[in-house]
Amino acid sequence: MYVHGEAWTIKELFVLPNEYIYWSIQIVMYPFMTGLVAGAFVLSSLYHVFGIKQLKEMARFALVFSFALLPVAMLPLQMHLQQPQRGIEVFMTPHFTSAIAAFGIVFSTYGAIVASEIWFVYRKHLVRTALALRNRANKRISEKIQSLIFNALTLGVYDISERALHQDEKAVKVLAGIGIPVACFLHGYAGFIFGSVKANALWMTPLMPVIFIMSAIVSGIALCMLTYIVVMEIRKFLAARKNAARLTHQTKEEIKGIEINVIKMTAKYLLFFLIFAISLELLDLIFRGYTAVKTWDILRSVIYGKDFTDIFILQYGVGNLLPFILFLLPGLTVRRTLIGVILVLFGVFMMRWNVVIGGQSFSLTFAGFMHYHLPIIPDSIETFKEGLFGALLVFATPFVLFWILNKVFPVFGIEESH
Amino acid sequence: MITRRKFLKNTIAGIAGLALPAAGAEIVSPRKLFAARNDTISGPNVRWAFLVDTYKCVGCGLCVKACKLENEVPYDANVTRTWVERYVLTKDGRIHADSPKGARDGFTTSKIDLGEGRFHDIKKEDIDKAFFVPKLCNQCENPPCVQVCPVGATYQTADGVVLVDRKWCIGCGYCIMACPYGVRFFHPVYHVAEKCTFCYHRITKGLKTACVQACPFGARMVGNIKDPNDPVSRIIRTERVSVLKDEYGTRPQVYYLGISREVI
Ligand code: SF4
Ligand code: SF4
Repeated sequence: MYVHGEAWTIKELFVLPNEYIYWSIQIVMYPFMTGLVAGAFVLSSLYHVFGIKQLKEMARFALVFSFALLPVAMLPLQMHLQQPQRGIEVFMTPHFTSAIAAFGIVFSTYGAIVASEIWFVYRKHLVRTALALRNRANKRISEKIQSLIFNALTLGVYDISERALHQDEKAVKVLAGIGIPVACFLHGYAGFIFGSVKANALWMTPLMPVIFIMSAIVSGIALCMLTYIVVMEIRKFLAARKNAARLTHQTKEEIKGIEINVIKMTAKYLLFFLIFAISLELLDLIFRGYTAVKTWDILRSVIYGKDFTDIFILQYGVGNLLPFILFLLPGLTVRRTLIGVILVLFGVFMMRWNVVIGGQSFSLTFAGFMHYHLPIIPDSIETFKEGLFGALLVFATPFVLFWILNKVFPVFGIEESH
Repeated sequence: MITRRKFLKNTIAGIAGLALPAAGAEIVSPRKLFAARNDTISGPNVRWAFLVDTYKCVGCGLCVKACKLENEVPYDANVTRTWVERYVLTKDGRIHADSPKGARDGFTTSKIDLGEGRFHDIKKEDIDKAFFVPKLCNQCENPPCVQVCPVGATYQTADGVVLVDRKWCIGCGYCIMACPYGVRFFHPVYHVAEKCTFCYHRITKGLKTACVQACPFGARMVGNIKDPNDPVSRIIRTERVSVLKDEYGTRPQVYYLGISREVI
C-alpha cells in the first residue's frame, strides 16, 4: 500500500491533504518526446515541401528519426498510468470531451502519414534491394529473412519507372505538406492538455499550445543536428580506416565539407524558431505580471523565488541564451555546434520540467508549496517507472529504434531516394 | 499505381476504424444505466446537495474518521475523501491555515502545522478570529473532472453525484489535476482515482452520509435540493449561503453558512 506521489513530494506550509505531485518525470518526458517527433518531422518537411535544397541531407535523416521517435511519444504516457494494462481504453472508448481522448486519432493519423512518406521516399531502394535479394541464388537463412522483409515492404509494387518515381515524389510532397499541420497538431495538442486545465494557475493560458509547438520544433531540429553530428563523426572515423573505405564512397575531407554546410544551414532555422519560442514565453510571463490577477502572488513567488534557478538560470540562461551566443559568434565549428545543440535540448527539457513540475509546485490554497524529489535509486516499480531510470529508458529507446530502422531505411550512402 | 492508392485508402480506413468504438461507448453510457435503476432514490426529482454550517464545526474530525472507515480509505494513508481546515487570522493581518492529516484526529494543539515537521505557535491574544471549514467533493453541476477523463471512467449520475468506475479508470490522473478543490487522489489499494461520493451507497437508500451521521454538532447536512420541503433545500433557498471557488464555473453543490473571504 502506498499513496501515489508521497514518495517524491515534500509539502511546505498550507497544502491540502490530497495534493501531491501526481504528474512527475514521465509527464515531463511526454511533451519532450512528442516535441522531438514533431520537430524532426517539420525539419524534414522544410526540404520536401518548400524545397530548401540545403536541407536535403538532413531531411531524409530527420524523417527516419521522426519515425523512430514516434512510438516513444506514447511510452511515457503508458508508464505513468496507474493501470497501464487499461491504457488501450483510450483508443477503444475515447471520451471526447477530454483532451487526452483525441490522442489515439491524432497519433495514428500522424503515424500513418510518416510511415507512408517514408515508404514513398524509400520505395526505389526497397524495390532494388528486394529484387537483388530475390534473384540471388543459394540464399543463407539471414538473406532469406531479409528477402522476405524487403519484399513485404514493397507491398507488391515493383514499378520503378521514371513515371512512377515522379509520382512518388509528388506523393511525398503532398504527405509532407499534410504532415506539417498534423505534426503541429500532435504537439500543440499536448500543450492544450496542459493549457486547458483551469484549476492550474500556471498552466491555464491559450498560448500554451503555440509555445509548445515552437519549442518542439527547436528541440526537434537540435536533436537531428546532434544525431547527425554523431553519425557523421562515426562515418569520418570509418572513412579514415582503410579497410572500412569500401563502406563509403566518400573520403574524410568530403564528409567534413558536407557536414559543416548542412550544420550551418540547419543552425539558421534553429535560431529562427528559438527566437519565436522565447518571445512567446516572455510574452506569457510579462502578461501575467502585468495583469496580476489573484493567482499572480503565488505564481510570482514560484517563478521568481522557488523556481528561479530552474527557470532563469537553467532554462533561459544555460538552455537559451548561451547556445544563442554560441551559434551567433562567427566561424561556427562542429564542436561549438555540438555544445550548442546539447544546451538547446537541455533548455527545452527544462522548459517542460518547469511547466509540468513547476505547475504542481504550489498548492490550490495559494498558500503552500510542494517540492519534487526525483527518485534516483528505485526501490519499487513505482519509483523506477517515475524515476531517473524510467526517464532514461524513455530517452534511450528512440536511438535503439533508429539503429534498427536504419538497417532497412539507410539514411546515408544511397542515391536512390530524392 | 492502384496498389498504392489502395494502400493509402486502407490506411485511412484503418484510422476511421479506430474511431468507431467510440460510437459503442455512447450506447452504454453508465449515467443512463444508473438512471434506469429503480430500486434507489434517484431520478428527475432528486439532486443531492450538501450544507456545511461552519459556525457549528469545532474541528473534532469525527467526520473524517467516520468517512475513512465507511469508505475504506486506509486509515493511516495520507489521503482522505473529506477533511477539515483550520483558519486562524491574527492581528497583524496574516492568515494561518492547516489541516494536519486532514484533521482525522481533530486539532489537538493550537500550533499551526507548517509541513516538514515545523510548527508555528500563535499566542491567544494575537488572534482576531479563528474557525474550521470542513471540505468534501462539491459534486459540481459542471464538473471539470468528468470533462477531462479520457475514457469516461468518471461520470455524473442523474441525481448529480460524480462517481468513478474503479473497473474502468486507467489512472492517468487528469481528473485529479482538473479538480480545482483538490478532493481527488489515487486510492492507495485500488490505484484508481478516488473521491467523496456523498456516500452514494447510503443516500440512495435513504440513509445519511457517514460524516453527517458522525458529526455531533450538526455542522453537516445532506439533502435533495429539488425537494422544497427538504431542510437543506430550505436553508439554501432562504438563508445567505455561499459556495467555494465560484469563479471556475464549476457550479459547486456544497453550500456553506458563515464562510469568511479568507477561505479558499
Ligand atoms: S469538487 Fe472536484 S471532484 Fe468533485 S465534482 Fe467538482 S471538480 Fe469533480
Ligand atoms: S484517473 Fe481515472 S477517472 Fe481520472 S481522468 Fe484518468 S481515467 Fe478518468
